Amino acid sequence: MTDRHDPLLKVDGLSLSYQTRLGEVQAVRNVSFELARGSALGLVGESGCGKTSIANCLMRLLPDNARLSAGRVLLDGQDILPLAEEDMRLLRWRRISMVFQAAMNVLDPVYRVGRQIIEAIETHGVESTDTAARERVARLFRMVGLDPQLMERYPHEFSGGMRQRAVIAMALSCDPDLMIADEPITALDVIVQDRILRELKAIQQQLDMSIIYISHDIAVVAEVTDVVGVMYAGRLVEMGDTSDVFRAPAHPYTAALMSSFPSVSGERRPLTGLPGEPPNLSDLPQGCPFHPRCAYATDVCRTQYPPQARYGSHWAVCWHPLDATMAVQS
Amino acid sequence: MESASNTPETPDTRAAGSNASDGEPLVAVHGLTKLFPVDGGPFRKPSSFIHAVDDVSFQLGHGESLGLVGESGCGKTTVGKLLVKLFEPSGGEILFRFTDAPAVSSAEAPWDAAAIRGRLLRSFRRRVQMIFQDPYESMNPRRTIYDIISEPLSVQGMGDVQYRVDRVLEILTLVGLTPAGAFLFRHPHELSGGQRQRVAIARALVIRPSFVVADEPTSMLDVSSRAGVMSLMQNLATEMGVAYLYVTHDLAVARYMCNRIAVMYLGKVVELAETEELLRNPLHPYTKALLSAVPVVDPGRRRLAPDIRGDLATPIDPPSRCRFYERCPAATEHCLNHPHPPMEEKSPGHFVACYEV
Repeated sequence: MTDRHDPLLKVDGLSLSYQTRLGEVQAVRNVSFELARGSALGLVGESGCGKTSIANCLMRLLPDNARLSAGRVLLDGQDILPLAEEDMRLLRWRRISMVFQAAMNVLDPVYRVGRQIIEAIETHGVESTDTAARERVARLFRMVGLDPQLMERYPHEFSGGMRQRAVIAMALSCDPDLMIADEPITALDVIVQDRILRELKAIQQQLDMSIIYISHDIAVVAEVTDVVGVMYAGRLVEMGDTSDVFRAPAHPYTAALMSSFPSVSGERRPLTGLPGEPPNLSDLPQGCPFHPRCAYATDVCRTQYPPQARYGSHWAVCWHPLDATMAVQS
Repeated sequence: MESASNTPETPDTRAAGSNASDGEPLVAVHGLTKLFPVDGGPFRKPSSFIHAVDDVSFQLGHGESLGLVGESGCGKTTVGKLLVKLFEPSGGEILFRFTDAPAVSSAEAPWDAAAIRGRLLRSFRRRVQMIFQDPYESMNPRRTIYDIISEPLSVQGMGDVQYRVDRVLEILTLVGLTPAGAFLFRHPHELSGGQRQRVAIARALVIRPSFVVADEPTSMLDVSSRAGVMSLMQNLATEMGVAYLYVTHDLAVARYMCNRIAVMYLGKVVELAETEELLRNPLHPYTKALLSAVPVVDPGRRRLAPDIRGDLATPIDPPSRCRFYERCPAATEHCLNHPHPPMEEKSPGHFVACYEV
């Protein structure tokens, strides 16, 4: 058995690029983080910031034009990047599973939903008999709040929320240590969304599972994760305890992201939002890539990449971090 | 330009005599109903119906922005499409009062949506426009931005080419696509989602309509463009005096965009109030559940689980009792045995349809 205090997952200096007709696009640049057993990590950022690339890399589901230029991904101390495809296949679903964004496209329309999950269970040898696998699926269905009788139905008979739950049940089917949820609830209504997040949280505690939530919705990430990483142009720019990061963001990008979300509670503050467009990954500006959109940018930001510095329980990469005490008050 | 003197712009069913449009709502909806047949065919009468919109009434003032909020399938988009005449209602009445209607004596009389046809429909479309949810599908990929935005002008026969170019340049600047000249001959695929939605807004506003139905205009956009598009729509509404019906599932977005919010559940409006009043003092159990389900960034806050049971019920031939009965935490026997509760004004301007409030 590994030591409980060792991180379950350790990503170390990961860099990933895609070869395109327009040249090489650096999607992930030198990303490092650790994830403790049983805890939840959130990755937030605009589209194209590299969060889904990291997820696909952890699952080793990268397209052919992707190139891993550096880094290691250690799962319980074992680097999974050099593993042969057959060995990786044993890890997938059993150790690391994933809830994909488009639940509609994950389920095969011509098979009954239960059958598809049973197939995953039997392929990975988690249960040896069909009856046992069937019981397992029934248990999973109850766990995610679906009636076990729905196993006999086809995907088109499910609503969006039910399909998303079925996909979560499938991701849980082989008792993984780590589940990656890529925008698991984006397409759903708030009431269903709330219910699924609560279920995931309960299941996570019950099974001592780790979860990586990938989302652009910082409110969701703020509610369900212990640690959050904010990504910009392929890099982590701020990371730390979720509550501290959102209470006192050090990086102006984190603060701008927060202020671009309308809120139903509290004072009705004007939406400041983020000026400009996300950067072009194949042609990043010099220095800090956020400087063209940053209100605090100075000459040093335009020429040199900022150093990483700690602020309490979190760190950020910025020349002009926001005053932590100011942020607490606002 | 349309000649203002001779076109009979108002339908015959107008209520004559009302002269002041001040104080009169721009849109008045009474008992609006839309049923979609579920079965039936060419030789068979349908026996059951989806009650997409069921006896909905509300009013919308000039320059006002009303939010229509609810879960998917509650009928909010159908209401929007009924108001722009993309659907014909199965029942009820929609009346419009346009201040800019041409200078004929009866101009201020209401337009009955049911009587708007043919020529009148074109002049109706000059005043009522729609912005669609998906900026990727609401534009012809083969046409340039100029073609897309100037089309309403040419359909309406407004001005010559020079006038149209000037108007398109002006509106492009207004929606923040600058320098406007650089966008004129681009195609939609060259623009980001946020820029496309700005083009969609420009297309809707270029003919200076009085009323725009916006169907989730920001839900497909990335975080960075969302706030920008929201404040753009707000600024333009104030500047041009446009009234919005803002259809959204997101209460937080509605809070920023709307003066008043109507909450819909299964084809019915269950609560309607001024935005801050509705958020601070929700009365209907469904509004309460909806509000408590919205995640908040505030790290110190723990939300309670929303008090609601089960999933959205089917809108196919629903029983006549309160639509929310099955999911309601406060339901009583009275609710079971009585028809769907009527909208009642609990405090000035705050309407709710619930027996238990």
